[in-house]
Amino acid sequence: MEPFVTLESVAAPLPEAGIDTDVIFPARFLLLLDRAGLGRHLFHERRHARPPGSPPFVLDRPPHDRARILVTGPDFGIGSSREQAVWALADFGIRCIIAPSFGEIFHANCFRNGLLPVTLPPADHARILAEAEAARPLVVDLPAQTIRLAGGERIGFAIEPHRRQALLEGLDEIALLLREDADAIGAFEARQRAQRPWLFLTREQLSHFDDLTETPANG
Amino acid sequence: MQTELAMGQGAGTLYDKIWDSHVVRSYADGTDLLYIDRHLVQEVSSPQAFAGLQARGLPLRRPDAHLAVADHAVPTLHRDRPLREGLAARQVARLQQNARHFGIPYIPMHDRRHGIVHVIGPELGFTLPGATLVCGDSHTCTHGAFGALAFGIGASECESVFATQTLRQRRQKRMRIRLTGSLPRGVTVKDVVLALIARIGIAGGAGHTIEYAGPAVEALSMEGRMTLCNMAIEAGSRVALIAPDERTLDWLRGRPLAPQGDRWAAAVADWRRLRSDPDAAFDREVDMDISDLAPQVSWGTTPEDCAPVTGHVPDPAAVSDPVRRRRMEQSLAYMGLVPGTPLRDIRIDRVFIGSCTNARLEDLRRAAQVVRGRRAAPHVRAIVVPGSAAVRLAAEAEGIDHVFREAGFEWRDSGCSMCVAMNDDRLAEGERCASTSNRNFEGRQGKGGRTHLMSPEMAAAAALAGRLTDVRDWA
Repeated sequence: MEPFVTLESVAAPLPEAGIDTDVIFPARFLLLLDRAGLGRHLFHERRHARPPGSPPFVLDRPPHDRARILVTGPDFGIGSSREQAVWALADFGIRCIIAPSFGEIFHANCFRNGLLPVTLPPADHARILAEAEAARPLVVDLPAQTIRLAGGERIGFAIEPHRRQALLEGLDEIALLLREDADAIGAFEARQRAQRPWLFLTREQLSHFDDLTETPANG
Repeated sequence: MQTELAMGQGAGTLYDKIWDSHVVRSYADGTDLLYIDRHLVQEVSSPQAFAGLQARGLPLRRPDAHLAVADHAVPTLHRDRPLREGLAARQVARLQQNARHFGIPYIPMHDRRHGIVHVIGPELGFTLPGATLVCGDSHTCTHGAFGALAFGIGASECESVFATQTLRQRRQKRMRIRLTGSLPRGVTVKDVVLALIARIGIAGGAGHTIEYAGPAVEALSMEGRMTLCNMAIEAGSRVALIAPDERTLDWLRGRPLAPQGDRWAAAVADWRRLRSDPDAAFDREVDMDISDLAPQVSWGTTPEDCAPVTGHVPDPAAVSDPVRRRRMEQSLAYMGLVPGTPLRDIRIDRVFIGSCTNARLEDLRRAAQVVRGRRAAPHVRAIVVPGSAAVRLAAEAEGIDHVFREAGFEWRDSGCSMCVAMNDDRLAEGERCASTSNRNFEGRQGKGGRTHLMSPEMAAAAALAGRLTDVRDWA
């Protein structure tokens, strides 16, 4: 995972409330098997199905077409758990999203992909949104946990320590778990197997699936 | 206080009890490594997770803890034929290949055990009280109806479960929603949950685990409890829970993957502790009396945009918060609705009875009751998609398929279908649908499609009327 330390960029303002992951990444593109290149479907309808006469979508309009930061309204990323929403944002070049609140699964997915979701209280959020609309660059400083405005003002933000660490170092959580916690997992599993054996399917139970037949592959 | 509960001292909630029994280790920052007992694997969120595992050269840690089924992309017609060449066929084939490669059971779409993950998990007894269960699908909260700590995860988290059988998580706050009173005639648990989300909002449960309690919850069937828990994510909560009771045990007893014999007895003894202690503390409490509810329909593009069917399309001008007002204006523009229009005057083109929210036998029975001996309006195309093959077969044994077919509805095979519109079941641009699904987001049922959420009875009645209608007028 690409580490996230500091990021300097203009921020694209998208102050809608409740943008769900179906809007971020429409379901019909979920049929794609690869995670690379999904940026072309990001906000697909918002970008490509504009009402006649309306200006291009904010991410298609200079200077915000080069934005690596997105400032949205509350409840960004609610709904479906599709990680494709995060992959599409990352592929498009977005590394940081600033909102008053996030959908929880989306929020967790961001950290797995080197994206920083920043939650700000309304007054700070409004301040950042104004900067985004004026296309003044921001500096997101993760070690300092601040966003620096062009005028020098600093706005602080909170983040879970382990997630901050993972972003800073580009840590891979799965590798970390296997390296540091494999013994603990094995020990827990053995204990649970003894204490709550019904949580582990028996060979006899699994034989319920012995008669499963495969569909001829034609894909 | 959190530490106290984590240590098992003092009173605990149902959520804390299940959590505590699955902590592999605790970290200094207050997060826990949580052991995952069960993982339902579907075709949309798994290919990248399997690919990640392969790229690392890692084995899948516990093949017996996973169950794979393709539900999102499968067609609901012509299931005896091979899938037409294309992206969906490739995605379904990929799941089958991955399941074979990693040695996990895969239920193909022609099988009698096929269905939506959240319908077949409970049907098979894969879903158990006190277990942790995950799936790369946000509606995994459905399984909380059985007292399972179940939540939706992303594909990277699926990979973590494949590789380590664990997830690093922070304990959520606890919210209890107590339902009292009894359901009025023509009103269902779907109406209850829609009214609840309208009240607490799409972020009303954010940061919290919801425990549903109270006499009106105890009175619900398991199907009703699943509908209630299923929609928790639409209130922002990843987890919903209902304490298991006799009804839960009766429902699970004898299911193929449920424990048998001595193991069943030991499990039941353990499950008896799965209820919040009387003095357990909740961070937030909501009480709702359901006795005066009317059937609900959604008018906007988030699940909180719901109103009694007797009401009108709301007026954004009456909303003072500018962000909310703009959101409402945008919703109404997308939905093609004019403020002040009676909801019962809204004409529909399509009806969808299906999804992990409302496609179980009880749902289909009650919708069929409304439809029996009547005809869908000529301009309406209505489809019924059972949540699983088992539901379909049971419904057919009761003649429910005939009731629907004679009324002009199409009777399909199981899958997510027009809830997520990843197969051929989708709305055309501008089409308006009365739907028993869970999300009315823009484009959710097809690009430019317009969704009105409601109960199966209400959707059935809408098909007959050709517009939104109050099912109580059709009794």
